[in-house]
Amino acid sequence: MRLKLKLGLAAAVALACGSANAQVSDGMIKIGVLNDMSSLYADLAGPGSVVAARMAVEDFGAAKKGMKVEIVSADHQNKPDVGSSIARQWYDVDKVDVIVDVPNSGVALAINQITRDKGKAFINSGAASADLTGKACSPNTVHWTYDTWMLANGTGNAIVKTGGDSWFFLTADYAFGHALERDTEAVVLKTGGKVLGKVRHPLNTQDFSSFLLQAQASKAKVIGLANAGGDTVNSIKQAAEFGIVKGGQNLAGLLVFLTDVHGLGLEKAQGLIFTETFYWDLNDQTRAFAKRFSAANKGVYPSMVHAGVYAGVLHYLKAVESLKGDDGTKVVAKMKEMPTDDPLFGKGRVRPDGRKIHPAYLVEVKKPAESKGPYDYYKIRATIPADQAFRPLDQGDCPLVAKK
Amino acid sequence: MASADKTVAYRVAQDQGLRHQRVAFGVMVAVLVLAPFAVYPVFLMKALCFALFACAFNLLIGFGGLLSFGHAMFLGTAGYACAHAAKMWGFQPEFAILFGTGASMLLGIVTGLLAIRRQGIYFAMITLALAQMIFFFYVQTPFTHGEDGIQAVPRGRLFGLIDLSDVMVMYFFVLVVFLAGFLLIYRIIHSPFGQVLKAIRENEPRAISLGYRTDQYKLLAFVLSATLAGLAGATKALVFQLASLTDVHWTMSGEVVLMTLLGGLGTVFGPVVGAFIIITMENYLSGLGQWVTIIQGSIFVACVLAFRRGIIGELGNWLKRPL
Amino acid sequence: MDTIFGIPTQALFGQLLIGLINGSFYALLSLGLAVIFGLLNIINFSHGAQYMMGAFCAWFLLTKLGVGYWWSLAIAPVAVGAFGVAIERTMLKQLYKLDHLYGLLLTFGLALIIQGLFRHEYGSSGLPYQMPSALSGGQNLGFMFLPNYRTWVIVASLFVCFGTWFVIERTKLGSYLRAATENPALVQAFGVNVPRMITLTYGFGVGLAGLAGVMAAPIYQVNPLMGADLIIVVFAVVVIGGMGSIMGSIITGFALGIIEGLTKVFYPEASNTVIFIIMVVVLLIRPAGLFGTQR
Repeated sequence: MRLKLKLGLAAAVALACGSANAQVSDGMIKIGVLNDMSSLYADLAGPGSVVAARMAVEDFGAAKKGMKVEIVSADHQNKPDVGSSIARQWYDVDKVDVIVDVPNSGVALAINQITRDKGKAFINSGAASADLTGKACSPNTVHWTYDTWMLANGTGNAIVKTGGDSWFFLTADYAFGHALERDTEAVVLKTGGKVLGKVRHPLNTQDFSSFLLQAQASKAKVIGLANAGGDTVNSIKQAAEFGIVKGGQNLAGLLVFLTDVHGLGLEKAQGLIFTETFYWDLNDQTRAFAKRFSAANKGVYPSMVHAGVYAGVLHYLKAVESLKGDDGTKVVAKMKEMPTDDPLFGKGRVRPDGRKIHPAYLVEVKKPAESKGPYDYYKIRATIPADQAFRPLDQGDCPLVAKK
Repeated sequence: MASADKTVAYRVAQDQGLRHQRVAFGVMVAVLVLAPFAVYPVFLMKALCFALFACAFNLLIGFGGLLSFGHAMFLGTAGYACAHAAKMWGFQPEFAILFGTGASMLLGIVTGLLAIRRQGIYFAMITLALAQMIFFFYVQTPFTHGEDGIQAVPRGRLFGLIDLSDVMVMYFFVLVVFLAGFLLIYRIIHSPFGQVLKAIRENEPRAISLGYRTDQYKLLAFVLSATLAGLAGATKALVFQLASLTDVHWTMSGEVVLMTLLGGLGTVFGPVVGAFIIITMENYLSGLGQWVTIIQGSIFVACVLAFRRGIIGELGNWLKRPL
Repeated sequence: MDTIFGIPTQALFGQLLIGLINGSFYALLSLGLAVIFGLLNIINFSHGAQYMMGAFCAWFLLTKLGVGYWWSLAIAPVAVGAFGVAIERTMLKQLYKLDHLYGLLLTFGLALIIQGLFRHEYGSSGLPYQMPSALSGGQNLGFMFLPNYRTWVIVASLFVCFGTWFVIERTKLGSYLRAATENPALVQAFGVNVPRMITLTYGFGVGLAGLAGVMAAPIYQVNPLMGADLIIVVFAVVVIGGMGSIMGSIITGFALGIIEGLTKVFYPEASNTVIFIIMVVVLLIRPAGLFGTQR
């Protein structure tokens, strides 16, 4: 009798454990939106990403499917130490299952490591470093939206092909800037262009006059801005002051967002050429999304980072639903297995190295006269097909990719 | 006879004061030993590292009377050195920490020699300028990886035996390091050296006239403060497995001033309390965004205007015993 | 000669001119700091935040009230100066009898509060400010294209700097101020209202910061942190020039702007640190600064 009871109990426990594996941990899916809420990336990501995540949860229909989803958010202030503290606390104490967004490559790399150590999931939409799917690739990370390789190849290739074959680089003197400059220079040289010079400026420089002067003196056809955020906006503003575009040189923003253009105004930003992977005015679906998004986000239209958060969360939830569980490593594997389909990026897939593949668009900023309303800023100059937009799978040194 | 009574009375007061401090120390140790079972240990470790940093800073300003506005350079240098040693050279944790602390000590000697020649405002400005130079140096040099910082620093095995990747084991290691540093500072404060330092703080010309080579004392205090700040920084690098530019930025120098001021300049336990309060505030109020900065600024202003003794200072004043 | 040290002469002169423009801002800001420290012995760490307030005031006047640049040049400094007067009256006054370091800590705390409030309200991406149309465009000087506005910055700051120097060093009012800092009791005994002079002097120094902010608004992004890193450089300028010397700060400000400009040409990575290196060297050789007198 006792033996039967013991066996019975053991069986019950085993069953319970077994089924627990196939269930969502503590019955709740907790999504953590971690980004810069207050500083130079607050507009392109910030609170807007939380809005995007919420919209994804709604559109997925979590409530109707009986899945409980909660969203928390925090500000990493662009500091790897703050970001990693929050991530650790979220994973260890607050039972967060997946972290999304995280612009700023330094923070993203730190989160990438912590997520891997703890077996959770990380869907990055905001950071640039191609190392996330290269040297630092992880079975727990999906890199959505964009990266430095795509930016360099998209913008660099297209500009050289349309006649911009002599370049001068204005680079932010830190890892992200160096990487962007290196990748773009490689592309320019490969397509037959020349690099006439480069100058590095400290991060968060207020005054670009001396650097812009050097760029002007080089007489390069294209001045490549290998910087981001406030530095890019400042360089463009001051370039207008020094009559650079009027003097015949083109500015190539290597990392520019819709919100930067909005901040600059078309008068100063016109003629700027760069690559993005999402624009709200591409088709009816993106327009519908933008309308709903801006209504919930104080009238600010979605940047490609916001779009990436939406699409990433949507695909994550689909994977969780299919898997009936939220173990980080397993969900990410499922996300790579399932093809993606969302109203913003269309059909695509997630590669074994974690890289999400979708087409990229070479855009040019309209002149003030050409714009019909707020946020009507871009002309699409070219579309780069998905399989050419991102670094080939075998060139990234990702240990997860089997060598042939 | 009267003078003998005075001596006895003085000794009694001192002993009672010391007894209060011993009680306070016991309370502190008990709380810190039990805390990780109730509070998130990583948060506690952060607070402990900053508490040690603040105590080291307090040694210089509270007892030496020198306001250094660049102490972040010691925290950050040790952090980078330790992280680099642990990650790239495979040092065991105890050696990585020693290496980091040593790097800060060297930096302390060099900067001390430059800064000690001046007093007061000039001293503060020199330390600020030197710290800025160090900051920009770290932004440039490749080994720090600039904005990304040195990431994925391995914690390793202490003495080759004890695996520090377990959170509780790491916590008690950090606690031991903190207590060692704290006791060392306590010993320094209550030694003859500490007494001379206080004399120099009160009235430097008089100390000189008594024959003390004040520059040497001040330099030694500066180097000791730098070394212990380095110990805090190196330990912190292992706790978070990360060394970043935040630790060398001048706002970090401002934070340690705030912690010490809030806790009580020149008190023994003040910096520990101040550090815990500020770290707790940053952690639990981080959802309020900029309000944290505003509150910190307000605490500065309030402390300077009305609350110069700080929390522990006021407590000690009320109890009429030095804490 | 087509090149000097391998740099084309054109580029060199262009950079020198840019350096002069930067120097104008350094001079204006360090002037305010020098006035406050020299005459009041207060280290005004909130100078950077007050510079930022001047820029925001100009932005506010333009966007919300439609008041243009030229009026802002007059209104903003007065507004920021009034704020300075309020601070002095309520808080700084109480610290005069204490160690000067407390003044430093108080103004540091104030800077945190001011910057935090502005960041909370306006984020930190920065707001655009329209360049006044009378000053837009520029002159083609052959070796570079010099925007008119930057020429105006040089001219205006030279005017303000020398005007201030003249008032303090050569007029009766200035002599009262200088006497009051050396011996306030005696000057007060002569019937001069010393506390009021001190308050107004602080207000004036802060107003100078506000003026620099208005002038910076069209060229730099108006953002809450625009003064935060700048203030440390300005401290270095003041220390090099000699903390009490008005002329010292003016000359040093312009000189260091030029030196920084040259560094950007020859060795751009060091452009951030060159001023600090010079400061350390000066403090070791001439601790009172190049033009200062030992107190």
